Amino acid sequence: MREAVHISGVRSAGPDLRELLVLVARGDQDAFRQVYDQVSGPVLGLVRSVLRDPAQSEEVAQEVLVEVWRTAPRFQPSRGSAMNWVLTLAHHRAVDRVRSAQAAALREHKAALLDRTPDFDQVSEQVEARLEREQVRRCLRTLSELQRESVTLAYYRGLTYREVGELLSVPLGTIKTRLRDGLIRLRDCLGVNA
Amino acid sequence: MSTAELHTLTGAYALHALPEGEQLAFERHLGACEACAQEVRELSATAARLGLAVSATAPPALRERVLREITTVRQEPPPHGRSTPAAASPRRRAGRWPVYALAACLAVSAVLGGVAVRQHQAVQDARQEAQRAQRHDAQVSRVLAAPDARTATAALEGGAQGTVVVSRSVNRAVFAASGLPRPSGGQVYQLWFDDGGTMRSAGLVETPDTDGTVLMDGPVDRASGMGITLEPAGGSPRPTTPPLGLMGFPAA
Repeated sequence: MREAVHISGVRSAGPDLRELLVLVARGDQDAFRQVYDQVSGPVLGLVRSVLRDPAQSEEVAQEVLVEVWRTAPRFQPSRGSAMNWVLTLAHHRAVDRVRSAQAAALREHKAALLDRTPDFDQVSEQVEARLEREQVRRCLRTLSELQRESVTLAYYRGLTYREVGELLSVPLGTIKTRLRDGLIRLRDCLGVNA
Repeated sequence: MSTAELHTLTGAYALHALPEGEQLAFERHLGACEACAQEVRELSATAARLGLAVSATAPPALRERVLREITTVRQEPPPHGRSTPAAASPRRRAGRWPVYALAACLAVSAVLGGVAVRQHQAVQDARQEAQRAQRHDAQVSRVLAAPDARTATAALEGGAQGTVVVSRSVNRAVFAASGLPRPSGGQVYQLWFDDGGTMRSAGLVETPDTDGTVLMDGPVDRASGMGITLEPAGGSPRPTTPPLGLMGFPAA
Protein backbone atom coordinates (compact mmCIF):
# COMPACT_ATOMS: atom_id res chain seq x y z
CA MET A 1 0.00 0.00 0.00
CA ARG A 2 1.38 3.36 -0.95
CA GLU A 3 0.74 6.11 1.53
CA ALA A 4 3.33 8.72 0.75
CA VAL A 5 2.56 12.38 1.15
CA HIS A 6 1.55 13.38 -2.34
CA ILE A 7 2.86 16.65 -3.55
CA SER A 8 2.03 18.13 -6.85
CA GLY A 9 3.86 20.84 -8.70
CA VAL A 10 6.34 21.60 -5.94
CA ARG A 11 9.76 22.72 -6.97
CA SER A 12 12.59 22.92 -4.55
CA ALA A 13 13.22 26.51 -3.48
CA GLY A 14 16.99 26.14 -4.00
CA PRO A 15 18.77 25.15 -7.20
CA ASP A 16 18.35 21.55 -8.26
CA LEU A 17 21.02 19.31 -6.74
CA ARG A 18 21.37 17.34 -9.94
CA GLU A 19 22.02 20.47 -12.00
CA LEU A 20 24.54 21.66 -9.43
CA LEU A 21 26.43 18.36 -9.59
CA VAL A 22 26.68 18.70 -13.35
CA LEU A 23 28.38 22.07 -12.78
CA VAL A 24 30.61 20.58 -10.09
CA ALA A 25 31.69 17.92 -12.58
CA ARG A 26 33.06 20.77 -14.68
CA GLY A 27 35.11 22.12 -11.78
CA ASP A 28 32.70 24.80 -10.57
CA GLN A 29 33.67 25.47 -6.93
CA ASP A 30 30.78 27.85 -6.44
CA ALA A 31 28.33 25.12 -7.35
CA PHE A 32 30.15 22.77 -4.99
CA ARG A 33 29.56 25.19 -2.12
CA GLN A 34 25.82 24.95 -2.80
CA VAL A 35 26.00 21.18 -3.07
CA TYR A 36 27.86 21.13 0.24
CA ASP A 37 25.12 23.14 1.93
CA GLN A 38 22.46 20.69 0.75
CA VAL A 39 24.24 17.41 1.47
CA SER A 40 26.58 17.99 4.42
CA GLY A 41 23.86 17.50 7.06
CA PRO A 42 22.54 14.23 5.61
CA VAL A 43 26.10 12.95 5.05
CA LEU A 44 27.30 13.72 8.57
CA GLY A 45 24.11 12.34 10.14
CA LEU A 46 24.36 9.08 8.23
CA VAL A 47 28.08 8.60 8.89
CA ARG A 48 27.55 9.33 12.57
CA SER A 49 24.72 6.85 12.85
CA VAL A 50 27.06 4.11 11.58
CA LEU A 51 30.30 5.13 13.29
CA ARG A 52 28.98 6.69 16.53
CA ASP A 53 32.30 8.35 17.38
CA PRO A 54 31.83 12.11 16.70
CA ALA A 55 35.45 12.93 15.79
CA GLN A 56 35.84 9.91 13.52
CA SER A 57 32.46 10.71 11.94
CA GLU A 58 33.52 14.23 11.03
CA GLU A 59 36.74 12.89 9.56
CA VAL A 60 34.86 10.38 7.38
CA ALA A 61 32.20 12.96 6.45
CA GLN A 62 35.02 15.23 5.24
CA GLU A 63 36.45 12.40 3.12
CA VAL A 64 33.02 11.73 1.63
CA LEU A 65 32.37 15.38 0.80
CA VAL A 66 35.76 15.75 -0.86
CA GLU A 67 35.03 12.52 -2.75
CA VAL A 68 31.81 14.11 -4.03
CA TRP A 69 33.96 16.87 -5.52
CA ARG A 70 36.57 14.46 -6.90
CA THR A 71 34.19 11.95 -8.46
CA ALA A 72 31.34 14.25 -9.54
CA PRO A 73 32.16 13.48 -13.21
CA ARG A 74 31.15 9.88 -12.46
CA PHE A 75 27.63 10.81 -11.33
CA GLN A 76 25.03 9.48 -13.78
CA PRO A 77 21.58 11.03 -13.31
CA SER A 78 19.98 8.15 -15.21
CA ARG A 79 20.92 5.79 -12.39
CA GLY A 80 19.27 7.64 -9.54
CA SER A 81 18.95 10.97 -7.80
CA ALA A 82 21.90 13.11 -6.76
CA MET A 83 21.11 12.77 -3.06
CA ASN A 84 20.92 9.01 -3.48
CA TRP A 85 24.36 9.01 -5.12
CA VAL A 86 25.91 11.10 -2.36
CA LEU A 87 24.36 9.06 0.46
CA THR A 88 25.44 5.82 -1.20
CA LEU A 89 29.03 7.10 -1.22
CA ALA A 90 28.69 8.12 2.42
CA HIS A 91 27.25 4.78 3.48
CA HIS A 92 30.00 2.83 1.66
CA ARG A 93 32.72 4.88 3.33
CA ALA A 94 31.21 4.59 6.78
CA VAL A 95 30.61 0.86 6.41
CA ASP A 96 34.16 0.25 5.15
CA ARG A 97 35.52 2.08 8.15
CA VAL A 98 33.38 0.27 10.69
CA ARG A 99 33.43 -3.24 9.27
CA SER A 100 36.88 -4.50 10.11
CA ALA A 101 36.77 -3.19 13.65
CA GLN A 102 33.25 -4.39 14.16
CA ALA A 103 33.83 -7.97 13.08
CA ALA A 104 36.24 -8.43 15.96
CA ALA A 105 34.03 -6.74 18.49
CA LEU A 106 30.81 -8.39 17.36
CA ARG A 107 30.80 -11.32 19.74
CA GLU A 108 31.65 -9.25 22.76
CA HIS A 109 29.18 -6.52 22.05
CA LYS A 110 26.27 -8.59 20.92
CA ALA A 111 23.96 -7.30 23.61
CA ALA A 112 25.03 -3.71 23.13
CA LEU A 113 24.39 -3.86 19.40
CA LEU A 114 20.95 -5.34 19.82
CA ASP A 115 20.10 -2.63 22.25
CA ARG A 116 20.89 0.20 19.90
CA THR A 117 18.22 1.90 17.91
CA PRO A 118 18.83 4.67 15.39
CA ASP A 119 19.46 8.07 16.91
CA PHE A 120 16.27 9.61 15.67
CA ASP A 121 16.32 12.11 18.52
CA GLN A 122 19.80 13.54 18.15
CA VAL A 123 19.33 14.80 14.67
CA SER A 124 18.84 18.23 13.25
CA GLU A 125 15.49 19.84 13.86
CA GLN A 126 15.17 21.33 10.41
CA VAL A 127 11.81 20.70 8.84
CA GLU A 128 13.29 18.81 5.93
CA ALA A 129 14.98 16.36 8.25
CA ARG A 130 11.93 16.14 10.37
CA LEU A 131 9.55 15.37 7.52
CA GLU A 132 11.88 12.62 6.39
CA ARG A 133 12.23 11.25 9.86
CA GLU A 134 8.51 11.20 10.60
CA GLN A 135 7.79 9.40 7.36
CA VAL A 136 10.59 6.89 7.74
CA ARG A 137 9.70 6.22 11.35
CA ARG A 138 6.06 5.67 10.45
CA CYS A 139 6.98 3.38 7.59
CA LEU A 140 9.48 1.39 9.70
CA ARG A 141 6.58 0.64 12.02
CA THR A 142 4.76 -1.09 9.18
CA LEU A 143 7.56 -3.70 8.98
CA SER A 144 7.57 -6.93 10.94
CA GLU A 145 9.94 -6.92 13.90
CA LEU A 146 12.44 -9.17 12.13
CA GLN A 147 12.31 -7.09 8.96
CA ARG A 148 12.86 -3.90 10.92
CA GLU A 149 15.68 -5.29 13.03
CA SER A 150 17.44 -6.75 10.01
CA VAL A 151 17.17 -3.61 7.91
CA THR A 152 18.23 -1.21 10.65
CA LEU A 153 21.13 -3.37 11.87
CA ALA A 154 22.44 -3.66 8.31
CA TYR A 155 21.97 -0.04 7.37
CA TYR A 156 22.53 1.96 10.53
CA ARG A 157 25.14 -0.39 12.03
CA GLY A 158 26.90 -1.42 8.85
CA LEU A 159 26.60 -5.15 9.54
CA THR A 160 26.74 -7.78 6.80
CA TYR A 161 23.72 -10.03 6.47
CA ARG A 162 25.83 -12.86 7.96
CA GLU A 163 26.54 -10.76 11.02
CA VAL A 164 22.87 -9.82 11.27
CA GLY A 165 21.93 -13.51 11.12
CA GLU A 166 24.46 -14.44 13.78
CA LEU A 167 23.35 -11.60 16.01
CA LEU A 168 19.66 -12.46 15.75
CA SER A 169 20.25 -16.25 15.63
CA VAL A 170 18.21 -16.48 12.44
CA PRO A 171 19.15 -18.61 9.37
CA LEU A 172 21.01 -16.69 6.66
CA GLY A 173 18.42 -17.41 3.98
CA THR A 174 15.76 -15.86 6.18
CA ILE A 175 17.83 -12.73 6.76
CA LYS A 176 18.43 -12.24 3.04
CA THR A 177 14.72 -12.54 2.39
CA ARG A 178 13.77 -10.21 5.25
CA LEU A 179 16.25 -7.55 4.06
CA ARG A 180 14.63 -7.70 0.64
CA ASP A 181 10.96 -7.85 1.59
CA GLY A 182 11.51 -5.32 4.40
CA LEU A 183 13.00 -2.82 1.96
CA ILE A 184 10.25 -3.51 -0.56
CA ARG A 185 7.64 -2.74 2.05
CA LEU A 186 9.51 0.46 3.00
CA ARG A 187 9.79 1.43 -0.65
CA ASP A 188 6.04 1.09 -1.13
CA CYS A 189 5.22 2.91 2.09
CA LEU A 190 7.55 5.81 1.25
CA GLY A 191 6.39 5.93 -2.35
CA VAL A 192 9.94 5.64 -3.72
CA ASN A 193 10.23 5.27 -7.46
CA ALA A 194 13.48 4.96 -9.32
CA MET B 1 24.62 -19.93 -6.06
CA SER B 2 21.56 -20.23 -8.29
CA THR B 3 20.04 -17.30 -10.15
CA ALA B 4 16.95 -17.42 -7.97
CA GLU B 5 19.11 -17.25 -4.88
CA LEU B 6 21.10 -14.36 -6.31
CA HIS B 7 17.91 -12.47 -6.95
CA THR B 8 17.01 -12.48 -3.28
CA LEU B 9 20.23 -10.56 -2.58
CA THR B 10 18.90 -7.26 -3.98
CA GLY B 11 17.98 -6.07 -0.49
CA ALA B 12 21.28 -7.02 1.13
CA TYR B 13 23.15 -5.44 -1.78
CA ALA B 14 21.21 -2.16 -1.57
CA LEU B 15 22.07 -2.00 2.15
CA HIS B 16 25.78 -2.79 1.50
CA ALA B 17 25.29 -5.87 3.65
CA LEU B 18 27.06 -8.38 1.39
CA PRO B 19 30.56 -9.58 2.24
CA GLU B 20 33.06 -8.61 -0.46
CA GLY B 21 33.17 -11.90 -2.38
CA GLU B 22 29.40 -12.17 -2.61
CA GLN B 23 29.13 -8.55 -3.59
CA LEU B 24 31.36 -9.13 -6.63
CA ALA B 25 29.37 -12.23 -7.65
CA PHE B 26 26.13 -10.31 -7.32
CA GLU B 27 27.44 -7.39 -9.39
CA ARG B 28 28.30 -9.81 -12.21
CA HIS B 29 24.74 -11.13 -12.03
CA LEU B 30 23.34 -7.59 -12.06
CA GLY B 31 24.91 -6.91 -15.42
CA ALA B 32 22.79 -9.71 -16.90
CA CYS B 33 19.55 -9.16 -15.01
CA GLU B 34 17.69 -5.95 -15.85
CA ALA B 35 14.87 -6.77 -13.41
CA CYS B 36 17.40 -7.09 -10.59
CA ALA B 37 19.11 -3.85 -11.61
CA GLN B 38 15.80 -2.01 -11.50
CA GLU B 39 14.97 -3.48 -8.11
CA VAL B 40 18.41 -2.51 -6.81
CA ARG B 41 17.89 1.08 -7.99
CA GLU B 42 14.58 1.27 -6.14
CA LEU B 43 15.86 -0.36 -2.99
CA SER B 44 19.00 1.82 -2.97
CA ALA B 45 16.80 4.91 -3.22
CA THR B 46 14.79 3.49 -0.32
CA ALA B 47 17.97 2.94 1.72
CA ALA B 48 18.98 6.54 1.05
CA ARG B 49 15.73 7.62 2.67
CA LEU B 50 16.85 5.81 5.82
CA GLY B 51 19.98 7.94 5.58
CA LEU B 52 18.09 11.22 5.15
CA ALA B 53 16.05 10.38 8.22
CA VAL B 54 19.10 10.72 10.48
CA SER B 55 20.31 13.99 8.98
CA ALA B 56 22.39 16.13 11.35
CA THR B 57 23.68 19.68 11.38
CA ALA B 58 27.28 19.90 10.19
CA PRO B 59 29.55 22.27 12.14
CA PRO B 60 30.86 25.37 10.30
CA ALA B 61 34.48 24.21 10.78
CA LEU B 62 33.79 21.15 8.61
CA ARG B 63 32.55 23.40 5.82
CA GLU B 64 35.74 25.45 5.96
CA ARG B 65 37.95 22.34 5.91
CA VAL B 66 36.12 20.75 2.99
CA LEU B 67 35.99 23.93 0.90
CA ARG B 68 39.69 24.49 1.53
CA GLU B 69 40.60 20.92 0.68
CA ILE B 70 38.78 20.79 -2.66
CA THR B 71 40.88 23.65 -3.99
CA THR B 72 43.84 21.25 -3.88
CA VAL B 73 42.11 18.05 -5.07
CA ARG B 74 42.11 17.16 -8.73
CA GLN B 75 38.82 15.88 -10.14
CA GLU B 76 38.51 12.63 -12.06
CA PRO B 77 38.17 13.03 -15.81
CA PRO B 78 34.68 12.22 -17.17
CA PRO B 79 34.37 8.53 -18.09
CA HIS B 80 34.60 7.76 -21.81
CA GLY B 81 31.86 6.47 -24.06
CA ARG B 82 28.95 7.71 -22.01
CA SER B 83 26.50 10.52 -22.29
CA THR B 84 27.39 13.46 -20.12
CA PRO B 85 25.15 14.13 -17.15
CA ALA B 86 23.80 17.22 -18.89
CA ALA B 87 22.51 15.09 -21.77
CA ALA B 88 20.70 12.65 -19.52
CA SER B 89 16.99 12.11 -19.66
CA PRO B 90 14.95 14.99 -18.27
CA ARG B 91 12.27 12.48 -17.30
CA ARG B 92 13.81 12.04 -13.91
CA ARG B 93 13.61 15.67 -12.96
CA ALA B 94 9.92 15.77 -12.23
CA GLY B 95 8.81 14.00 -9.12
CA ARG B 96 12.18 13.06 -7.72
CA TRP B 97 12.41 13.27 -3.96
CA PRO B 98 8.98 14.81 -3.69
CA VAL B 99 9.09 15.09 0.07
CA TYR B 100 12.54 16.56 -0.06
CA ALA B 101 11.38 19.25 -2.44
CA LEU B 102 8.60 20.18 -0.08
CA ALA B 103 11.04 20.11 2.78
CA ALA B 104 13.31 22.56 1.01
CA CYS B 105 10.44 25.05 0.73
CA LEU B 106 9.56 24.56 4.35
CA ALA B 107 13.19 24.96 5.42
CA VAL B 108 13.43 28.39 3.86
CA SER B 109 10.55 29.57 5.98
CA ALA B 110 12.43 28.50 9.08
CA VAL B 111 14.63 31.58 8.72
CA LEU B 112 11.60 33.86 9.02
CA GLY B 113 10.28 31.82 11.91
CA GLY B 114 13.50 32.06 13.88
CA VAL B 115 13.33 35.84 14.07
CA ALA B 116 9.74 35.88 15.25
CA VAL B 117 10.40 33.23 17.86
CA ARG B 118 13.24 35.19 19.44
CA GLN B 119 11.11 38.32 19.70
CA HIS B 120 8.24 36.36 21.09
CA GLN B 121 10.26 34.57 23.69
CA ALA B 122 11.68 37.82 25.01
CA VAL B 123 8.29 38.66 26.46
CA GLN B 124 7.22 35.19 27.53
CA ASP B 125 7.96 33.10 30.51
CA ALA B 126 10.59 30.78 29.15
CA ARG B 127 9.37 27.59 30.72
CA GLN B 128 5.77 28.07 29.75
CA GLU B 129 6.88 28.84 26.23
CA ALA B 130 8.97 25.69 26.03
CA GLN B 131 6.05 23.56 27.13
CA ARG B 132 3.75 25.20 24.66
CA ALA B 133 6.29 24.75 21.87
CA GLN B 134 6.66 21.10 22.74
CA ARG B 135 2.92 20.45 22.53
CA HIS B 136 2.73 22.49 19.36
CA ASP B 137 5.65 20.55 17.96
CA ALA B 138 3.99 17.24 18.69
CA GLN B 139 0.84 18.37 16.91
CA VAL B 140 2.79 19.52 13.87
CA SER B 141 4.50 16.12 13.81
CA ARG B 142 1.17 14.33 13.99
CA VAL B 143 -0.04 16.18 10.92
CA LEU B 144 3.19 15.70 8.94
CA ALA B 145 3.35 12.00 9.77
CA ALA B 146 -0.33 11.21 9.27
CA PRO B 147 -0.90 8.47 6.69
CA ASP B 148 -3.46 10.70 4.95
CA ALA B 149 -1.30 13.86 4.98
CA ARG B 150 -1.77 15.71 1.71
CA THR B 151 0.12 18.75 0.49
CA ALA B 152 -0.68 21.71 -1.70
CA THR B 153 1.50 24.62 -2.70
CA ALA B 154 0.80 27.89 -4.42
CA ALA B 155 2.60 31.04 -5.39
CA LEU B 156 1.65 33.93 -3.12
CA GLU B 157 1.54 37.63 -4.04
CA GLY B 158 5.02 39.11 -4.16
CA GLY B 159 6.90 35.97 -5.21
CA ALA B 160 6.55 33.99 -1.98
CA GLN B 161 5.50 30.36 -1.98
CA GLY B 162 3.02 28.85 0.45
CA THR B 163 2.70 25.19 1.37
CA VAL B 164 -0.06 23.58 3.36
CA VAL B 165 -0.09 20.03 4.71
CA VAL B 166 -3.55 18.83 5.74
CA SER B 167 -4.59 15.62 7.42
CA ARG B 168 -8.30 14.82 7.55
CA SER B 169 -7.80 12.08 10.14
CA VAL B 170 -5.93 14.42 12.52
CA ASN B 171 -8.33 17.19 11.44
CA ARG B 172 -5.54 19.78 11.53
CA ALA B 173 -3.42 21.61 8.98
CA VAL B 174 0.15 22.96 8.96
CA PHE B 175 1.17 25.99 6.92
CA ALA B 176 4.61 27.20 5.85
CA ALA B 177 5.75 29.89 3.46
CA SER B 178 9.05 30.70 1.89
CA GLY B 179 10.08 34.16 0.75
CA LEU B 180 7.28 35.87 2.67
CA PRO B 181 8.38 39.49 3.27
CA ARG B 182 8.19 40.95 6.78
CA PRO B 183 4.88 42.75 7.11
CA SER B 184 5.20 46.52 7.37
CA GLY B 185 4.61 48.14 10.75
CA GLY B 186 1.29 47.45 12.38
CA GLN B 187 0.39 44.60 10.06
CA VAL B 188 0.36 40.86 10.50
CA TYR B 189 -0.23 37.80 8.32
CA GLN B 190 -3.46 35.99 9.13
CA LEU B 191 -4.47 32.49 8.00
CA TRP B 192 -8.02 31.45 7.12
CA PHE B 193 -9.91 28.24 6.56
CA ASP B 194 -12.22 28.42 3.59
CA ASP B 195 -15.59 26.95 4.66
CA GLY B 196 -17.33 26.93 1.31
CA GLY B 197 -16.58 30.58 0.62
CA THR B 198 -16.80 31.78 4.24
CA MET B 199 -13.41 32.58 5.73
CA ARG B 200 -12.81 31.32 9.28
CA SER B 201 -9.73 32.63 11.10
CA ALA B 202 -6.96 30.06 11.55
CA GLY B 203 -4.67 32.32 13.56
CA LEU B 204 -1.82 34.74 12.93
CA VAL B 205 1.64 33.98 11.58
CA GLU B 206 3.42 35.68 14.46
CA THR B 207 4.35 32.78 16.70
CA PRO B 208 5.49 30.06 14.35
CA ASP B 209 7.06 27.11 16.06
CA THR B 210 10.80 26.79 16.32
CA ASP B 211 11.34 25.57 12.77
CA GLY B 212 9.02 27.98 11.05
CA THR B 213 5.98 25.85 10.41
CA VAL B 214 2.65 27.10 11.71
CA LEU B 215 -0.02 24.82 13.06
CA MET B 216 -3.24 26.40 11.84
CA ASP B 217 -5.63 27.25 14.68
CA GLY B 218 -8.76 25.15 14.93
CA PRO B 219 -10.00 22.00 13.24
CA VAL B 220 -10.05 21.57 9.48
CA ASP B 221 -13.60 20.15 9.60
CA ARG B 222 -15.31 20.75 6.28
CA ALA B 223 -12.94 23.47 5.04
CA SER B 224 -12.14 23.02 1.36
CA GLY B 225 -9.05 25.22 1.38
CA MET B 226 -7.18 28.01 3.08
CA GLY B 227 -6.05 31.56 2.47
CA ILE B 228 -3.60 34.13 3.82
CA THR B 229 -4.12 37.89 4.11
CA LEU B 230 -2.38 40.91 5.62
CA GLU B 231 -4.40 42.31 8.51
CA PRO B 232 -3.99 45.09 11.08
CA ALA B 233 -2.02 44.02 14.19
CA GLY B 234 -4.04 41.66 16.32
CA GLY B 235 -5.85 40.20 13.32
CA SER B 236 -9.41 40.61 12.09
CA PRO B 237 -12.58 38.57 12.54
CA ARG B 238 -13.07 38.65 8.74
CA PRO B 239 -10.49 39.30 6.00
CA THR B 240 -10.19 43.04 5.30
CA THR B 241 -7.74 42.83 2.40
CA PRO B 242 -7.59 40.76 -0.80
CA PRO B 243 -5.91 37.38 -0.21
CA LEU B 244 -2.18 37.08 -0.90
CA GLY B 245 -2.86 33.46 -1.75
CA LEU B 246 -5.60 30.84 -1.75
CA MET B 247 -5.06 27.09 -1.77
CA GLY B 248 -7.57 24.31 -2.16
CA PHE B 249 -6.98 21.24 0.00
CA PRO B 250 -6.15 18.17 -2.10
CA ALA B 251 -8.70 15.37 -2.02
CA ALA B 252 -7.81 12.61 0.45
